[in-house]
Amino acid sequence: MSLPEEQKEVIIEQKMKQFITFVKKEFYHVFRDRKTLLMLFGLPVVQIVLFGFALTNEIKNTKVVILDYAKDEASGSIINKIEASSYFEIEHSLLSHEEIERAFKQGTIKLAIVFPVNFNNDLLHLNKSQIQIIADASDPNTANTLISFTTSIISDYQKELMQINALPYLIIPKIRMLYNPELKGAPNFVPGVMALVLTLICVMMTSVAIVKEKEKGTMEILLVSPFKPILVILSKAIPYLLISFVNVSVILLLSVFILDMPINGSIVLLFAESTLLIITALSLGLFISTVTDSQQTAMMLSMMGMMLPTTLFSGFMFPIENMPVALQLISNIVPAKWYYIIVKSIMIKGLGFSGVWKETLILTAMTVFLMIISLKKFKTRLE
Amino acid sequence: MVQLNNISKTYNKGSTLAVDNVSFSVDKGELFGLIGPDGAGKTSIFRILTTLLLPDTGTASVTGLDIIKDYKAIRNGVGYMPGRFSLYQDLTVEENLNFFATLFNTTIRENYELIKDIYIQIEPFKTRRAGKLSGGMKQKLALCCALIHKPTVLFLDEPTTGVDAVSRKEFWEMLKRLKEQGITILVSTPYMDEATLCDRIALIQTGKILSIDTPEKIIKQFQEQLYAVKSGNMYKLLNDLKRYEYISSCYPFGEFFHVLFKNNVHNIKTEVMNYLKSKGHEQLEMHSIPPTIEDCFIKLMTH
Amino acid sequence: MTTTVIKTENLTKRFGDFIAVDKISFEVHPGEIFGFLGANGAGKTTAMRMLCGLSIPSNGFATVAGYDVYKETEQIKKSIGYMSQKFSLYEDLTVTENIHFFGGIYGLSDKQIKEKSTELIQKLELEDQTKKLVKTLPLGWKQKLAFSVAIIHQPQIVFLDEPTGGVDPVTRRQFWDLIYDAADKGITVFVTTHYMDEAEYCHRVSIMVDGSIKALDSPSALKKQFSADSMDKVFYELARGAKRSDN
Repeated sequence: MSLPEEQKEVIIEQKMKQFITFVKKEFYHVFRDRKTLLMLFGLPVVQIVLFGFALTNEIKNTKVVILDYAKDEASGSIINKIEASSYFEIEHSLLSHEEIERAFKQGTIKLAIVFPVNFNNDLLHLNKSQIQIIADASDPNTANTLISFTTSIISDYQKELMQINALPYLIIPKIRMLYNPELKGAPNFVPGVMALVLTLICVMMTSVAIVKEKEKGTMEILLVSPFKPILVILSKAIPYLLISFVNVSVILLLSVFILDMPINGSIVLLFAESTLLIITALSLGLFISTVTDSQQTAMMLSMMGMMLPTTLFSGFMFPIENMPVALQLISNIVPAKWYYIIVKSIMIKGLGFSGVWKETLILTAMTVFLMIISLKKFKTRLE
Repeated sequence: MVQLNNISKTYNKGSTLAVDNVSFSVDKGELFGLIGPDGAGKTSIFRILTTLLLPDTGTASVTGLDIIKDYKAIRNGVGYMPGRFSLYQDLTVEENLNFFATLFNTTIRENYELIKDIYIQIEPFKTRRAGKLSGGMKQKLALCCALIHKPTVLFLDEPTTGVDAVSRKEFWEMLKRLKEQGITILVSTPYMDEATLCDRIALIQTGKILSIDTPEKIIKQFQEQLYAVKSGNMYKLLNDLKRYEYISSCYPFGEFFHVLFKNNVHNIKTEVMNYLKSKGHEQLEMHSIPPTIEDCFIKLMTH
Repeated sequence: MTTTVIKTENLTKRFGDFIAVDKISFEVHPGEIFGFLGANGAGKTTAMRMLCGLSIPSNGFATVAGYDVYKETEQIKKSIGYMSQKFSLYEDLTVTENIHFFGGIYGLSDKQIKEKSTELIQKLELEDQTKKLVKTLPLGWKQKLAFSVAIIHQPQIVFLDEPTGGVDPVTRRQFWDLIYDAADKGITVFVTTHYMDEAEYCHRVSIMVDGSIKALDSPSALKKQFSADSMDKVFYELARGAKRSDN
């Protein structure tokens, strides 16, 4: 059946008008629900600020153990310097490696500094000596900061020595990261927060918004109308897509200007990849809405189905490498994991698309898959 | 206009029978009432006819279109007002109406004539959010929204439930005027007294149709003589009547009890009066009355 | 105990500028079935909430079962039963579980609960349904059960908020049989309804319009006063002029 061009145009125009009206309605819903709106825009700011503060606060008064086998002039001076720093609280009582290990396991200490027996001797006669620094890297952010504080104190001492003596003395800190040797996720919480905020908003808000229509009975009227059910979903997605864009921008601005975090790669690419994750999340939200009937269940499912896996498996809180193999495998189906890798690559390593095409492909495949099953599950009737 | 043939519908994998082999038809321009209590299957029937649910068995058509095959076409042409208030509470009156007009590819202006009578009553509140409207006004707005695309058939699922007696009267007057404009209306209600306001009614209980006809004919089918009885002590009267040997049924109706007696007793009125007087009743009143739809419903239900 | 179980004088409730209940005064006697009618939004629910001790009045005086609605709300709650169309029983508990739960809430001893629940199940002919979830019962049975549970602790007064909405005509009347029965045992029944024929079953009826009581008398006296042949007409006469309404 082919319609004359003119009639086709009229129909398209009608459809467009319907669609625009629907989107407008969605914006009314969003903007008239002040509390949710506040949450939508406040959430990213709060998270960034919280994570930022959590980092600087935790370092102060960290318990440090010093195992001084040398007990000589050089080790004494360095210990004095460390003691003088407000960041560390020193416990001397430990005497052996075994005790250190136990203290780490109990979590009573975060850092251990070991001076070898001939510390000063080596330094004076070989111009070169070693210090072992052991950190509890299960909290990578803290560990990293502690290490950099310690090494800077040591290099301070080194400089002092060099001023006195012309000869170059070299102290080599041998750093050992316990539990998390590669120090994944250190100051990289910004990509993590981005992944979290986007999935939270898009999955939860879309699923709740669609289920709300079911719960309030308005879906019945929408279904008994010429409006295409699939457009209901599309138009619900648009406001959240826009809100998510605003959030991404806010997060990036905050991290650049407040946390001094550079964006080394292309911003356009970053937004493009974010859009991809948003669409993934929207499809998941849609899927949740097709299997639930109440806003409460939708909310719970979004939390369980998205929040938890995102925090656990995206790699920004807990390093995936240290998880059991089974969990590592599970982490692969969490979209946020791939997004997190992509964002880190772009923001920190400054890679271009060629560096992230693999992850992008995986994410795209996930999105297509989710789209297809949720559209298949979406009902044009009530049951 | 609307035709159902042997429609059945079950829920929970067949364990709950909601609609049990229901057949009826509604003519063009008719005001047809589906009368029955909650859980009778009214909503299920409406949802099947508005293509929201698929029946387990049976066929049905609306304006000649099959409810399964042609569901898209039916959705374009009918108006539907679900049982719950189903408009957007956070949108204003005007925004709701505009939204639904656009949804049906029309404008308020295009069909203003149809809704004018109803709309002018809520127009003073057009910038108010729908959630802040009173019960009666919400109903009026919902009706406007269901009418905005000039539907050929209008399905109203319990529009008067929970609405006070005055608003109910107003609502039925609006329906009468819509009917005059040629719209076929299917309405469901649990209020038996609203039955007589319909052209034809189907009495329905636990998914089964008890009777379909005009209210007058249904009343005519009630052949026994019904009596209204009243005394100074109604509670005692109820207990005494229930113990009476010739009693068939006794139900409170307003200030009277509507009572049926067994057929074969001669001069029943005197007999009953004597019996009740012997039980010590004073201010006794007893007279024969024509049955109401509710009497018919009770009789059909209990047989 | 006095001869009134509910007594109000100029009872008023304001929400900001809005006067929901405007100086209502009435008395309800022990064992009476008192119909509390009004159009949507007339202030029925607000008035009922104040009497149940759920909402503190803005002005005026009221006692329920001899207790003051301002200060003695805890005692009031112990002396009354409450049932509404919307909430009455836990749908996902069985019949017995509901009876035991509400019995426990009202401080009945285990022995009392046992006795009551057998008596109640027998009376409602629910013997075969005791282990069924309440949500699987037909609406009419649910409502009858809910009413029986609401008076399980022999309260002085029971408040019924539209107890029979949507119930079939036969069950609706069986429900009223229960109401009569309770009233006969001395429980005062305070009931709201949209069915005007049910207004006739009450001993006395008050009709609220726009926050105040416009009429209060026995159904027959009211019909005489308004020269109407049914309560429906009386109600229509009074409520027609109502300016406000809500849900």
